[in-house]
Amino acid sequence: MKRFLSIPYIVWMAIFVVAPIILVVVYALTSGSGSFTFENFAHMENFLSVFIRSMIMALIATAICILIGYPLAYALACEGPRLQKIFIMLIMLPMWMNFLLRTYAWMSILENTGLINSLLSALGLPTVNMINTQGAVVLGMVYNYLPFMVLPIYSVMVRIEPSVVEAAQDLGANSFKVFLRIIFPLSLPGVLSGITMVFVPSVSTFIISRLLGGGKSLLLGDLIEMQFLGSAYNPHLGSAISLIMMVIIIACMMVMNRFGEGEERAVML
Amino acid sequence: MSKELIRLVDCTMAYDGETVLNSINLKINDKEFLTLLGPSGCGKTTTLRIIGGFQTPTSGDVLFGGVRINDVPPHKRKVNTVFQKYALFTHMNVFENVAFGLRIAKRPEGEIKTRVREALALVALSGFEKRSPTSLSGGQQQRVAIARAIVNRPQVLLLDEPLGALDLKLRKEMQHELKQIQQQVGITFIYVTHDQEEALTMSDTIVVMNGGNILQIGTPADIYNEPNNAFVADFIGESNIIDGVMLHDKLVRFSGTEFTCLDTGFDRNENVDIVVRPEDVKIVEPDRGQLSGIVSSIIFKGVHYEILVDTDDHQWMIHSTISAPVGQRIGMLLTDDDIHIMHKSALPEAAAEVDE
Repeated sequence: MKRFLSIPYIVWMAIFVVAPIILVVVYALTSGSGSFTFENFAHMENFLSVFIRSMIMALIATAICILIGYPLAYALACEGPRLQKIFIMLIMLPMWMNFLLRTYAWMSILENTGLINSLLSALGLPTVNMINTQGAVVLGMVYNYLPFMVLPIYSVMVRIEPSVVEAAQDLGANSFKVFLRIIFPLSLPGVLSGITMVFVPSVSTFIISRLLGGGKSLLLGDLIEMQFLGSAYNPHLGSAISLIMMVIIIACMMVMNRFGEGEERAVML
Repeated sequence: MSKELIRLVDCTMAYDGETVLNSINLKINDKEFLTLLGPSGCGKTTTLRIIGGFQTPTSGDVLFGGVRINDVPPHKRKVNTVFQKYALFTHMNVFENVAFGLRIAKRPEGEIKTRVREALALVALSGFEKRSPTSLSGGQQQRVAIARAIVNRPQVLLLDEPLGALDLKLRKEMQHELKQIQQQVGITFIYVTHDQEEALTMSDTIVVMNGGNILQIGTPADIYNEPNNAFVADFIGESNIIDGVMLHDKLVRFSGTEFTCLDTGFDRNENVDIVVRPEDVKIVEPDRGQLSGIVSSIIFKGVHYEILVDTDDHQWMIHSTISAPVGQRIGMLLTDDDIHIMHKSALPEAAAEVDE
């Protein structure tokens, strides 16, 4: 009976997960005429700067998400249950709106004639060019992916037993040491999954960089999109780049998981 | 003669208008094994948490060595706590758990090593240093929690139902070990439990609490032999509790019979509670007892039989090595010192508990 129930899921996975990956691999290893080739990987060094830029921007966005998200999650976990519910709702609320819509909204805020600059000129201050910069792209990433950092950290934090904190206080630790020795190490698994959930979509995004970066600083996502839908139509090269990106992301995740293993087990209990 | 270490003066604790502790006064001596005993919700854990510094009394004072410590935070008190569910640090191994307090106090590495070794040896966990707390059994985790507390050489160790999660056999073993550890390290233990047998086994002093009040303070023998109200009598061991009337000094009437007793100082014709321990009732021929009744059940308990006897107005419980078949009429004999007379409880909560 159980096996029958799992059939739709297996079919779904085969069609929408396994098949596309196989297609990507096939495309990456064939030429336009359909013959086997490594040609598509031959000139990857041309895109090295795009790889590096994508990585750096995603890392910066992830770091900012930790800096904002961690204290937010901590403060939230310390609040009473009613306030917690309200704040979690507020954090989730933007996610119920369309992703594109949210990013368009940021365009109209950051534009040269947008909300902020109109306000600045109304106050007689010089306007600032914000749209179409790398800063705007990072802002878009942080704004869109911050909940994915806050929620896993929060859910780990609320599971820390109050008596464990009391035990540390009892043994002489002041608030700062309680945080450093107990709360922070116990919350690391949440941080690790937050990093995964922010870094992966950040490194592969193309909408955010297109809308807020003005296509000036090409990211990996833009590069891949160009190969499939854009001017430089070449799905074989696009597949090859996708494949390399996947490998890099999987490698990153494996390193992180190894690093987090000890803590992961600790929180299971 | 041991000297006073901790004193609670008129400590009251209330949450949202609900009184959890009702102006209690308590004196705890140095090197004493003191047990706070009572049913859940009686205020015993709150009392412990006030001493540990995790709660501040709504009113009243906590004195430690004569100094008021109401506002001293837990990390600055010379007490350590063994928590109910151990509260071990799961991200550290056993050694680091025990070393935690010493590391916070910035002791030199060599001293930390020796003291942790000693503490682990004391709780019979040598060789477990590298293990993760999550890989230990409940009893072992309990020992780590004890070692983690006593390694800091506190003046007082607070234990909040530390054996509650263990099975019966292990609990008995740990009771003796705890008592041994207390004598070995020579510090004050304040122990919270709802298990009267545990309290009798380990304590120098027992504090019986109910409904936020202290009902009686005394040695295990005092509390057992001379309970000062029906609640204490019922909570500590089993008892027959019967309504009676004190006719005058040393003469009481219950179950339609007059009995001589040893108690004095009651009002004439005062309504009182009569407490008789089941093991004090002697089974005799029907015509030789002051009371007689019919055996309604008999259960073999190993050391003795537990016999229920129905009289006209009460069901008596008797512990006796003599057996009697169900349905037989027997006589019950009580001597003067078997009969304990108590004022009707002034505490409504206590009275309610007895009815259950």
